[in-house]
Amino acid sequence: MNITEKILARASGKSSLSPDDVVFAKVDKVMVHDVSGPGVLKVFDKLQKQGIDTSKLHDSTKVWIAEDHFVPSAEKISAENIVKLSNFSKQYDIKKHFKYGMGQYGICHTLSHEEALVNPGEVYVGGDSHTNTTGGLGAFACGLGHTDVAYVLLNGEIWFKVPETYYFKLNGKLPPHVMAKDFILKIIGDIGTDGGAYNTMQFGGTGIDEMSVESRLTLTNMTTEAGAKNGIIEADEKTVQYLNERGSNSASVFHGDSDAEYSKVFEYEASELEPTVAKPFSPENITVARELSSTELDKSYIGSCTGAKYEDLLAAAKILKGRQVKIRTEVLPAAISIYKKAVKDGLIEIFLDAGVTVGPPTCGACCGAHMGVLAKDEICVSTTNRNFPGRMGHVESQTYLASPQVAAASAVTGKLTDPRDLN
Amino acid sequence: MIGNVIKYEQDNIDTDVIIPGTYLKIHDYNELATHAMEGIDPDFPSKVKEGDFIVAGKNFGCGSSREHAPIALSTCGIKAVIATSFARIFYRNSVDGAFLLPIEIDDATYQKISNSDQLEVNIEKNEIKNLTKNEVYSMKPFSEIIAKIIAAGGLFKYKK
Repeated sequence: MNITEKILARASGKSSLSPDDVVFAKVDKVMVHDVSGPGVLKVFDKLQKQGIDTSKLHDSTKVWIAEDHFVPSAEKISAENIVKLSNFSKQYDIKKHFKYGMGQYGICHTLSHEEALVNPGEVYVGGDSHTNTTGGLGAFACGLGHTDVAYVLLNGEIWFKVPETYYFKLNGKLPPHVMAKDFILKIIGDIGTDGGAYNTMQFGGTGIDEMSVESRLTLTNMTTEAGAKNGIIEADEKTVQYLNERGSNSASVFHGDSDAEYSKVFEYEASELEPTVAKPFSPENITVARELSSTELDKSYIGSCTGAKYEDLLAAAKILKGRQVKIRTEVLPAAISIYKKAVKDGLIEIFLDAGVTVGPPTCGACCGAHMGVLAKDEICVSTTNRNFPGRMGHVESQTYLASPQVAAASAVTGKLTDPRDLN
Repeated sequence: MIGNVIKYEQDNIDTDVIIPGTYLKIHDYNELATHAMEGIDPDFPSKVKEGDFIVAGKNFGCGSSREHAPIALSTCGIKAVIATSFARIFYRNSVDGAFLLPIEIDDATYQKISNSDQLEVNIEKNEIKNLTKNEVYSMKPFSEIIAKIIAAGGLFKYKK
């Protein structure tokens, strides 16, 4: 069995599993945030009317809560959702609630690794499509809707059809100007936004071994954009060390069998990859950054679970150091722990000196909700993950998805820029 | 199940156009319905009738896990989305929450169905009758677990 089959087999008490088998898998960790939490409560209301007991969760120690989409609250209804979330954690005695304005908080997917909330080999589900991110730690991590999350909270398990696995092999180390974001955009361009639909996207090879844990998380994050059920990378000593440094005491390496089978294998040479951009209005609409060098921009956005981890900020800061931005540029670290490290290491000062506005962790503008949404006809280069019509604001605004290096280089020139072409 | 078709000749109709991100803070189903399909067809809530079907191309509902998407469509009266394929979270949200039926058809059938056609959908027979054109099409049968959850009326009513 490959790693995904092996995790689902363990979680469902089966000795072996194959693609298309249907199982009820026991869930090790569950996440809700300020969109899915109130959504789950709405499901609980409906269930109560049907006579289903929602007074106790299956295991509240497995649950954690993030406030990320609508913080800081821009209007009353968002503030009320945050209050609902506080009442929710109080009522069900959920201890791990990362609150805006109270120490560590941030984007749910970033917290999953920054706070070592999920270990390799576990089944983790969250009420958000980019839950796939956490598969970069070697867990089975999958996004679900409100009804399914409500079911998990009350029953501790959920059904899955065992996915087929596509294996993406990266040979060699990425060149310095190429980031994991460029690689995943290239893959999505090749297979399309439904190219991984219902399947697992697993990554491996010497290029993945070489990669930092944060870079690996960028890959699994955007498996969602290819429609995958989960993205996964087998944990290694690097993963275990990363989690141990963040307070895990139970992380260990969990691998697939040596005779693991994959339905398809895709192979890439790291040396052939280039800074890559997804043009409006789809993550599959890719081209190399150099081909777009005449594209004038209004804004550069460095934020989100995809593109505002520590190393993303570091890559942007290296480019922005001693330079000035030509267009409106925002940096929003994805969690307070990352923000703190960026302050300590002088990155925030580099950003401020370059003219960047630095904001608090939030999903706000990435999902077109608040905190810097785009006007009609505005054009943005962004380290986020989606560029559908209206995704970051007005339905006639445009978003180009790119790596933090490309977003930073473009901020300096005001046009889409390959970092190699910056003077 | 008889209803009229609202057809979008488009692939990849994503959750950001079905219900834009700014409305994710809303959890009142009736209010969500007033913004259904806003990113692609702002007139949708005023033209849709109870029992209508949406017909579209491949990868319908791609993007976010927002259950707001099937909720907004079903609260507007949509009973089924008939498409050549679906994104996985939209598909399972539709079924597990018993909001609407996600029905898969082949490309040829997709081409034959026109906007405003009246269809009769029969999931027991895996059959779609086009009452306007007097044609009969087959739909892709639901997998065993999906058929059982639909028959039960959603995941919470399904006994494994």
